[in-house]
Amino acid sequence: MLDPAFLFAGILNGLLAGGIYVLVAVGLTLIYGVLHIINFAHGSLLMLAMYAVFWLWRLLGVDPYAALPVVIAGAFAFGFVLYRLLIGRYNHGRDENILLITLGLSIVFDNAALLFFGGDTQTIDVPYAGTFVEIGAAFLPLPKIISFVASLLICAALGLYMAWSDTGKAIRAVAKERQGARLVGIDVENIFAISYGIGIACLGAAACLLMPTYYVTPTSGHAFVLVAFTIVVLGGMGSFVGAAVGGFLIGITESLGGLFLGEQLGQIGISLIFILILLFKPTGLFGSKA
Amino acid sequence: MSRPLLLCALGLAAAIVYPLLVPNYLVNVGMLIFFTAFIGQSWNIAGGFAGQTSFGHVVFFGTGAYTSTILQVTYGWNPWLAWPVATAMGGVVGWMIAVLSFRAGLRGSYFALITLAFAEVFRILANSVSFTKGGLGMLIKADQRPINFQFKDPIWIYYLALLLCIVSLLVAWHLTRSRFGARLIAIRENEDAARALGIDVFAEKVKVLTLSGAMCAAGGTFYAQKYLYIDPWIAFGVDKSVEMLLVSMVGGAGTIFGPLIGSFTLMGINEVTRALASVVPAFKNVQPLSLVVYGIMLILIVARLPNGLMGLFARKPRNA
Repeated sequence: MLDPAFLFAGILNGLLAGGIYVLVAVGLTLIYGVLHIINFAHGSLLMLAMYAVFWLWRLLGVDPYAALPVVIAGAFAFGFVLYRLLIGRYNHGRDENILLITLGLSIVFDNAALLFFGGDTQTIDVPYAGTFVEIGAAFLPLPKIISFVASLLICAALGLYMAWSDTGKAIRAVAKERQGARLVGIDVENIFAISYGIGIACLGAAACLLMPTYYVTPTSGHAFVLVAFTIVVLGGMGSFVGAAVGGFLIGITESLGGLFLGEQLGQIGISLIFILILLFKPTGLFGSKA
Repeated sequence: MSRPLLLCALGLAAAIVYPLLVPNYLVNVGMLIFFTAFIGQSWNIAGGFAGQTSFGHVVFFGTGAYTSTILQVTYGWNPWLAWPVATAMGGVVGWMIAVLSFRAGLRGSYFALITLAFAEVFRILANSVSFTKGGLGMLIKADQRPINFQFKDPIWIYYLALLLCIVSLLVAWHLTRSRFGARLIAIRENEDAARALGIDVFAEKVKVLTLSGAMCAAGGTFYAQKYLYIDPWIAFGVDKSVEMLLVSMVGGAGTIFGPLIGSFTLMGINEVTRALASVVPAFKNVQPLSLVVYGIMLILIVARLPNGLMGLFARKPRNA
């Protein structure tokens, strides 16, 4: 019954989807690891970035891949300002409060998108969309392969930045020991805003990489928000390696779930993993003990 | 008669007379206000009084709606008999989720996220298994007789919603005066301190989520009987979870009248944007505006007004 070639194709497809999930989840886990806040607006911000890519293409004819630097910079600026003006002011007290504020943001963003862009599904036609690459029994769309490679390169670049740049070192210092970082003269509030900005910049990159093969509607955020949280929880909140491994595992789970259980029931794997991890191993695969 | 009691009596009298004076459309709006206040109150009991913020309360709503509809459509039950069963099922699901989540020690944001995931699991199951008829949804045969929990005149469903709302207000009122309620508030304010005082935190949290789930499920059956149709997205979609949370938070989480005030405000904004959309052609797509406004209100309230709109009322006597 089980054709290995079929399975191989399913796993490859899952890996490709997972590559982009990694980028989305790295942003979320960075924000959690440094700020200790759960950014429920993550999906909605990704949706906004996808619309930005769409409109750049529709109005100015910019190819989604060429839009990468602009959208990343724009997303960083948007995240930075959002943190400075709103989130940072209430980043204290009960953790549900910040969750509710980011929920409020996602309600505003989703409905504002519906208000201004309408409810239609929007896609981008790129000339290379119909190009396929044959690997074994699997036919893989070229844009998905490009996106996969680009996503991993961006993650690697971010990893290097975090490891060697002064800002990266400061971010890691703040994540480990807030008070100590403040004492050695790091501007902690500024690092918070930069971290939030980088988290959102990852979404900007993900949006550029998604749009050639995906679509956007005002509810696109919903589709990603639980996936992103599942990856982060699976990998361990705040862990970069965890987000990477989790992203691929979830991509494969989704792909194989769809293969064996069908389009509808196949989505259940992600929610079930989320529940089981929270119930039985809340630190995830790579998380430190809370 | 004390002043708050007088206000309640006046409000009740107005609510009873209101449907006799206005056209059917406005009766329906009134019905929706009380119904949303009712399911909002079910959220408020767990989320407001006990501080267990849920992002997936719709899981109970959908359980109630599907239980009574399946009993009715597939097994030929009378809906009035199916109603208490559906309510009990909501309680069972509430108990189950509470035992699982609280035994694992989930709190705050993690509890909120796991309820969201449970609702997703239920939605996907309802979409996939055959006894819920999958994505097609379930249609209840129209037969408008009171014995069938269907009413020709919208005034009766309005009064039923009003009754539900009053019951939920009494439950909330009871919570502010009972030891159970006091224990819940202690848990909300500081769980560790509550435990140190000898409160069985786990048992109380399980109790409150069971109660909240049962109430919400009762609302699910009511909704199914009013619209005679449910599908996985209506019954388990994230929109209803958000609506319940919004009306409570905006009106005032942990207050008796919070959900009612919030529901009144939400429907008010809704009707204004709807009217705007129908009168001014340029604004024909402004429906989502009401939720934009509501999202902004949620942010402002969490940031500045922890007791919601009720906080505005409570502050007046002190300043006067």
